[in-house]
Amino acid sequence: MKLSLGPLPYFWDRETVMDFYHRLVDTPVDIVYLGEVICAKRRALRPEDWLELADTLRAGGKEVVLSTLALIEAESELSALRRVCENGQFRVEANDMAAVNMLTGAAPFVAGPHINTYNAATLELLAECGAFRWVMPVEQGREVLEALQQGRPADMQTEVFVFGRLPLAFSARCFTARAHNLPKDQCEFRCGDYPDGMPLATREQQDFLTLNGIQVQSAGTCNLVRELPVLAELGVSVVRVSPQSRHMSAIIDVFARVVDGRLQPEVAAHALEAYTQGGPCDGYWHGGAGMSWRGQPEPRAYPASAGSGKADTGADR
Amino acid sequence: MLPPVDSTMRANTIELVCPAGSLPALKAAVGNGADSVYIGFRDGTNARNFPGLNFDDQEARAAVDYAHKAGKRVFLAINTYPRPRQWDEWCRAVDRAAALGVDALILADPGLMHYAATHHPELRLHLSVQGSATNHEAIAFYARQFAIRRVVLPRVLSLSQVQQVIDKTEVPVEVFGFGSLCIMVEGRCALSSYVTGKSPNAAGVCSPAEAVRWEESNNIRRTRLNGVLIDQFAPLEQAGYPTICKGRYEVNENVFYALEEPTSLNVLDILPELVRTGVAALKVEGRQRSPAYVAQVTRVLREALDSCLADPDNYLPKSHWMAELDKVAEGSCHTLGAYHRPWQ
Repeated sequence: MKLSLGPLPYFWDRETVMDFYHRLVDTPVDIVYLGEVICAKRRALRPEDWLELADTLRAGGKEVVLSTLALIEAESELSALRRVCENGQFRVEANDMAAVNMLTGAAPFVAGPHINTYNAATLELLAECGAFRWVMPVEQGREVLEALQQGRPADMQTEVFVFGRLPLAFSARCFTARAHNLPKDQCEFRCGDYPDGMPLATREQQDFLTLNGIQVQSAGTCNLVRELPVLAELGVSVVRVSPQSRHMSAIIDVFARVVDGRLQPEVAAHALEAYTQGGPCDGYWHGGAGMSWRGQPEPRAYPASAGSGKADTGADR
Repeated sequence: MLPPVDSTMRANTIELVCPAGSLPALKAAVGNGADSVYIGFRDGTNARNFPGLNFDDQEARAAVDYAHKAGKRVFLAINTYPRPRQWDEWCRAVDRAAALGVDALILADPGLMHYAATHHPELRLHLSVQGSATNHEAIAFYARQFAIRRVVLPRVLSLSQVQQVIDKTEVPVEVFGFGSLCIMVEGRCALSSYVTGKSPNAAGVCSPAEAVRWEESNNIRRTRLNGVLIDQFAPLEQAGYPTICKGRYEVNENVFYALEEPTSLNVLDILPELVRTGVAALKVEGRQRSPAYVAQVTRVLREALDSCLADPDNYLPKSHWMAELDKVAEGSCHTLGAYHRPWQ
């Protein structure tokens, strides 16, 4: 299994973004998804900047994929999308059928998590259009994955979202602007003030959701680190962690070591607690409410690996 | 501002598409001026999968017969996304719809569209709002793959964006004119399943009834969804159904409707502008609502559409139309939603 870093969902300033990705070169992440996926107004980086980062990361041995907007409403957004799809150097992650349409028969692509792949017939269709990898929508769990892995089209890679805040919804409305009593067209880029999104709590102070511009995310962090052995058994090709403003290298390090078999999932789970925003959740994987947390792997015959099992630092053993 | 000639030309007819969750509702729609009525089977194959609602095969047959005798069309929605273990049942639903002789199938799942296009090439296919096609390139995908004959646009586009789509696609466009307002891109919202495990995409339901709790203590009413407090109401406040995007929450120490107020979409104020974009059909939301709702809304929209089509330049929405629609609207009030840019 390979380890990927999903696209950056938040709006950070140019220097922070550059620094974040330059540091990735020295981490054990295999695949990096680059580009703006939430809001076309966010232009801290120009298209050339993203391509320059892509070059740097590729030179550092990473596979680079350019991600695209999930919600496309304007002609200007389609023009920008077309330029990405026709970049000629890097693979593209399609997050809307507009991108799938542009890429069909033109270049191999990744069907991103916002393409609704719920069954084998859809996966087959995407393969015919040129998808070489699909990312399972976060609402799906183990049952769907097992079924789809069985009849997977030849050479189709499967990627699963295993760590980070869940992308739950997109709207025409900017919720960050709304919270500041600003219209979207004069948003003042307030989302830039929230490097990990704006927390939304219930009136009982329960952490509930995260507002990220036009996107709504979970407040808690999805964490499937305990399921990595199951994912490997099921033939999953790539596991994805999602960017956050802090501890990214440490998170990547923990996942890379579990993927390589150098760290027990149980130990990794404890190590990740310190890096988890909000509470953990894994409910979608188990077929239930996404926000719920079982924290236990599905029953399976997993051989206990050697090691102390007591370390809570995620230190190498 | 006068519209371009071709837009006015295109505006001569607009189909009024109304919802029916039961045979009496379908009769109410037909009797009050709907051109077409859309229905669903009584199971999870459609996005209004509520107890006691929708049609079995016999009722669907009666619905199609009744509408066809009145010269009206029936569309059937199979617009959820089947998971592998549901696949066969969803395909059978497509077969059943074909056998009933419905005038169009409203689908969202690409795999199921492929099945319908392959096995029932004579069936007219509409892309459901659950298909999340918000731009002409996405629509082109479904047109190229499945020769769809209509697309229902998600309720996230401004009026000028609707115009842009219509200018760039050959596929006739249907838009929402009235009803409860989804503020998220339909087909891309997992809020309900995040809290309850059931979503419109996979289970055909948003905020399923079995997860809803109403509580009252110290004169405060609270609505919960799977234990999560969605809102609480003072004695004189009208309490709404706990839909996640219509709750009150705390953000930056303020408690407010952080996503959207309980309100309904109502386009009567911009009907001439909407007509001039060249939309082919205007849709009413609400298969889960009563026959009385369907009758009321259909009657008002028929009158408004006729008035607008007859003389768009002098059209003005009548105050009693608005009053009648507000009576049946969620939150008893209305909005233009995303059509009106400042809403966004």
